[in-house]
Amino acid sequence: MKLTGAEIFIECLKREGVKTVFALPGGVVLKIFDTLYQQKDVEVILTRHEQGAGHMAEGYAKATGKAGVCLVTSGPGMTNVITALADAYMDSVPMVCFSGQVPTSLIGNDAFQEADNIGLSRPCTKYNFLVKDVNDLAATIKEAFYIATTGRPGPVLVDIPKDVSMAKAEFTYPNSVSIRGYNPTYEGNKWQIKQAAEAIMKAKKPILYVGGGVIFSSASQELLELAEMTQIPVDMTLMGLGAFPGEHPLSLGMLGMHGTYQANMAMHYSDLVIAIGARFDDRVTGKVSEFCPYAKVIHVDIDPTSIRKNINVDIPIVGDCKTVLREFNQILRATVNGEQKELRKPWWDQIQEWQQAHPLTYHQEKDGPIKPQQVVKRLYELTRDRDPIVSTDVGQHQMWAAQYFKLAKPNRWLTSGGLGTMGFGFPAAMGAQAAFRDRLVLCIAGDGSIQMNMQEMATAVVSKLPVKIIILNNGFHGMVRQWQDLFYEGRYASSYLDTTPDFVKLADAYGAVGLRVKKVGDLDAVLKEAMATDKPVIVDVPTYPYENCYPMIPAGGCNHEMLLEDPPELKKKQVGAGKVTPEDKDTVLTA
Amino acid sequence: MEHIISVTVENKFGVLSRVAGLFSGRGFNIESLSVAPTLDPSMSQMTIVTSGDERIIEQIVKQLNKLIDVIKVVDLNETEFVSRETAIIKVHTKDADRAEALRIVDIFRANVIDSTPSTYTIEVSGDPKKIEAIINLLQPLGIKDLVRTGRVAVAREPARPVAVQTKKVARD
Repeated sequence: MKLTGAEIFIECLKREGVKTVFALPGGVVLKIFDTLYQQKDVEVILTRHEQGAGHMAEGYAKATGKAGVCLVTSGPGMTNVITALADAYMDSVPMVCFSGQVPTSLIGNDAFQEADNIGLSRPCTKYNFLVKDVNDLAATIKEAFYIATTGRPGPVLVDIPKDVSMAKAEFTYPNSVSIRGYNPTYEGNKWQIKQAAEAIMKAKKPILYVGGGVIFSSASQELLELAEMTQIPVDMTLMGLGAFPGEHPLSLGMLGMHGTYQANMAMHYSDLVIAIGARFDDRVTGKVSEFCPYAKVIHVDIDPTSIRKNINVDIPIVGDCKTVLREFNQILRATVNGEQKELRKPWWDQIQEWQQAHPLTYHQEKDGPIKPQQVVKRLYELTRDRDPIVSTDVGQHQMWAAQYFKLAKPNRWLTSGGLGTMGFGFPAAMGAQAAFRDRLVLCIAGDGSIQMNMQEMATAVVSKLPVKIIILNNGFHGMVRQWQDLFYEGRYASSYLDTTPDFVKLADAYGAVGLRVKKVGDLDAVLKEAMATDKPVIVDVPTYPYENCYPMIPAGGCNHEMLLEDPPELKKKQVGAGKVTPEDKDTVLTA
Repeated sequence: MEHIISVTVENKFGVLSRVAGLFSGRGFNIESLSVAPTLDPSMSQMTIVTSGDERIIEQIVKQLNKLIDVIKVVDLNETEFVSRETAIIKVHTKDADRAEALRIVDIFRANVIDSTPSTYTIEVSGDPKKIEAIINLLQPLGIKDLVRTGRVAVAREPARPVAVQTKKVARD
């Protein structure tokens, strides 16, 4: 029996196990929406903006480990989803985006709502397809899911012209895919693995530096075994949080620009860096020429281009983290003995010294303004038993969340790392909630970033995605303000937000629940109330506006040279809690 | 340092822009690029002349390999290879210059492929130095038009005994 392109599209989604599509309609995808409307297997979540659809697909993918799917129309639909594609590409998120295209006969004619979707998405997708013939549609979709989810995962775009979705073809779904130019390496080179294992045995000051690759290859168990067996401390990247239990005694927390003191010091002074599924981003390396000056480097990554891109590597291993870690463990199980522990005792003494010298710190006065760190810390302590999924936007609140919300398991942490996309958090949380309706999903946001995709509150209410948003409301683009205070002599160029909406009323306007924490003593009660609500909630927490995020490695600085507190010239007059007023701003500017 | 990279790709639309986009997006340099189908019409062969230090060339090769439409990448500088470029040069020639032009054509084993009373159109093939040399000699006569193909290259077959093979192979 012949099916229309739209029917083939849905059949393919069903074969790929897709239950949810985040979508927004338009002229050229109407046939697909009409067909989706007449079936029950695939749920459509109608978003209010295509960027939201894209980030929801990302959140879904990060929480489930499966490809997220979004569907947008041609022209502006496509251009709106680009940010999400670029975000997914930077953070290796498996995702398949379907875009509508004008009919094949009109392509290139500057038709209404036409855009060169393939050209637009080429630099921000792992691969993209334009389907010109309905007979190719099923095989193309199969390839798209295959490419998105294998090797180093990433976003794939499938562009479907209107006539292709309407034309009919015989439906057959291929069982397997073979692409001659695409054969990811999963097995690491045996000899290299042996070299690496020997180096691990010999190292006196080794450190595991683990990233998002561990999460995407589901290698947390293997990582835990390796770390415990060898007693090697673990540094996590922003994307790697949750790959290793945050409260584990071997965890040093996050490293990098706002990483913990011990994580960065251990990295700098180590004699062997074991990088697993991490890519030596500039937010981790700081000044490349002085990065890990005493260390040999082992780098395990499924993407050969990540290796030796930013720093020199002594033992490169191209392969899947899980497979390679298993091999490490197999070799080490036979060789590791008590000696390593003895060998590394001075190293651990040193690390503990660092830990005690400069733990993460902030000062919350009992009746003073609410400190943002306090909010994240209490949120963590109040919800940890419920094993929540946590998303963030980008900025100070993101770094505080990374520092204080210690995740025990992988696939709980949704954040925009590589691209640093403000507005990511809320839709990503909704995507995760759509995958796990019964779980607690939190979104820690800033008052600046939440406004970038606020419109999705309508989606959350209508589609019953009861995400709990906690806004650390400091009236500023806080990270920008921090940099301006530290490096631009306190000139707040466009970082002060002046008129921030009343988020409680805004939540109410959307039919969600809005709560506000008026003073630090109310924090627990309000958070508890929010967690007990079965609707989407905004918790507006006015926080101390001039709190800076430390430790901090200034851009281009060296990893062991961290700023740990405000420099003396920055000690500010304490201003009251609550919304910043222009008067506060003036006091600070003239202080 | 200059490298010649030979890339076998899928022969389908959009592949050239993926390769070109990779170079421009990552700030790599393309000195010349030539593309044409291979014996197997489903594949095309690209010859890319680029330059960069060791790490950049390593990244170029890896990034090319990462492209899904790329089937094979060979950095020809890692082996012995032969390369050629063709130029077509239209030269003003009057009176005595016509004889001079033909002498130069002869010396460089070039060909005159079109002729008018006041011009010769000359085809010359060789390595870039040879092309530069003939251009320099023809320039005083007045070059009206010049087109160059960019280089194509292929690895030499290791047909000779190993000891000889490791020697630098003389060109031509």
